[in-house]
Amino acid sequence: MDNKTLSGIDVPDKSDASMSPSVADQPQAGVYPFTRGVYPTMYRGRKWTMRQYSGFSTAEETNKRFHLLLERGQTGLSTAFDLPTQMGLDSDDPLSEGEVGKVGVAIDTVEDMKQLFKGIDLSKISTSMTINAPAMILLAMYAVTAEESGVDPKLISGTIQNDILKEYVARGTYIFPPEPSMRLITDIFEYCSENYPKFNTISISGYHIREAGSTAVQEIAFTLANAREYVRAALRTGMDIDKFAPRLSFFFNAHNDFLEEVAKFRAARRMWATMMKEEFGAKNEKSMKLRFHTQTGGSTLTAQQPENNIVRVTLQALSAVMGGTQSLHTNSMDEALALPTDKAATIALRTQQIIAEESGVPNFIDPFGGSYYMEWLTDKLETEARALIKQVEDIGVLEAINQGFIQREIQESAFQYQLSIDKKERIIVGVNSYIQEEEDTYDLLTVDESVRDDQVHKLKEIKEKRDNAAVKEILQKLESAAKGSDNLFPIVLEAVRRRASIGEISGTLRKVWGKYQAPITI
Amino acid sequence: MSSKIRVVIGKPGLDGHDRGAKVVARALRDAGMEVIYTGLHQTPESIVEIALQEDANAIGLSVLSGAHNHLFRKVLKLLKEKNAEEIVVFGGGIIPDDDAKDLMKEGVIGIFGPGTPLDEIVAFVKDNVKVIE
Repeated sequence: MDNKTLSGIDVPDKSDASMSPSVADQPQAGVYPFTRGVYPTMYRGRKWTMRQYSGFSTAEETNKRFHLLLERGQTGLSTAFDLPTQMGLDSDDPLSEGEVGKVGVAIDTVEDMKQLFKGIDLSKISTSMTINAPAMILLAMYAVTAEESGVDPKLISGTIQNDILKEYVARGTYIFPPEPSMRLITDIFEYCSENYPKFNTISISGYHIREAGSTAVQEIAFTLANAREYVRAALRTGMDIDKFAPRLSFFFNAHNDFLEEVAKFRAARRMWATMMKEEFGAKNEKSMKLRFHTQTGGSTLTAQQPENNIVRVTLQALSAVMGGTQSLHTNSMDEALALPTDKAATIALRTQQIIAEESGVPNFIDPFGGSYYMEWLTDKLETEARALIKQVEDIGVLEAINQGFIQREIQESAFQYQLSIDKKERIIVGVNSYIQEEEDTYDLLTVDESVRDDQVHKLKEIKEKRDNAAVKEILQKLESAAKGSDNLFPIVLEAVRRRASIGEISGTLRKVWGKYQAPITI
Repeated sequence: MSSKIRVVIGKPGLDGHDRGAKVVARALRDAGMEVIYTGLHQTPESIVEIALQEDANAIGLSVLSGAHNHLFRKVLKLLKEKNAEEIVVFGGGIIPDDDAKDLMKEGVIGIFGPGTPLDEIVAFVKDNVKVIE
């Protein structure tokens, strides 16, 4: 053991005067700068939302999984869409071949969305949707689903990920170039603040940056740098900061270094609060509160001895809870092999239920607050992340993306991490040590190739039944609006009502704006 | 002509996960090979086209999206159609064992899952990919 954190910070061997815990002078949870938590009562008032990311195959199949998870005590929904949906393509697009229903549920029109949430009261349950480039279209479909099931869309609650900047640097499901993409995002901020006041309009994500190989410092630095870019973009449109900022939310990874992860969440909270207040002049405390979702680290899961992943997930989930997360997804043990089976998904949910109900951890807010090491590490992460944010902002966030600066920083960390495992400087149980030659076999979830045929058939039927002249008219309207500067949300909403497909809507926008050409960095 | 092994690392399909592809690309390059990384969202057609233009000896495909069966097979088929079967295909990603076995039977020379050390992949490529002068 080299006594460095996973992010490479040297861990001091004992507490000394330079590590003075200042917790006695630190404000409690719920008080600016919120290092100890964003709410005064935290889990003593209400537990975090247990929100398992799921989706595969058709809307019917995913709807069954949703009902199963709710029956088993999950408290919020989180939707995984397949790649064609995430890329704004219909299931019958040639590029969708082999991909329909694979990593998430296939959605072509609002009819699929209605099927997806069948039997679920959208005024009661909150739904998170991992959708970015076409986020406006999917949120419009969700709102129309509410509308047509008799729920006032003002009551819908949840989160759309809607974070395009991290797609360019880490996750890869981008469609349009940055400028029109940022406009879609600020259009969403504006429209939602009036019409869907309970919806979080963005989930600014460090999760995927970490999954792409970054360190904890890079995770908070690049996430907050992106967040600052969104704030500036919204301010440029003339919106008041306290109008949109209370609906900004965040999404972080819970990785292997338990104490460093707890410190990371604390540091991120404090940094956001001070930035919003001191640099951007927010007045409403809600604008300063960094509320976040956490998912345990997918890339930490091993294909070898997969049951061990249950233990990894437990420790990671515990760091998120001790770090004050607002909602949590715990990964399934079989995710290095395939999409989770019902059984694996249930164990993952049970893991957080055991933390919530049996461990006693939620009883005290920020239980590590005041620990020499925790306070020192929180300060250290903050200092290093601030320096990195400055480096990015000296280049400019969009320029740093175009130049591939952020991508290269992440790749370098990913490569060094892999080398440290290959050289056994870092031990991963079952992978580079404690290896078992004989591996058991597991039942895996498979998605049938016929899903695409079913989707294509359904889409064809809808296109035959709908008023095609009305669809054509609204798509033309969208095309000219995309060239101008009016808010696009109301037009997209109307296109969705008229049963335009996701491929038609985003295809119209692609025609006007073109596709993003990524710099190639290795 | 140079005797360096030339490898195209390709990301076919809509999958955006390229951490593995980039780490492997760099390891092969550090081991002295010529490596061309295609970037994301390539079609099998564009990857084969790049491999032909670049006189590649091998194509390494990375797929984590579950679309491997379709995408690997399509690349093999295209290479056959272009009479370019001397370009060997290997790959990695989240590929269940049963699928990996089937793909190997159909001509993929190696599939590497999560946790594979880089040295193992480098050694495999050196041993199994020939430079045709």
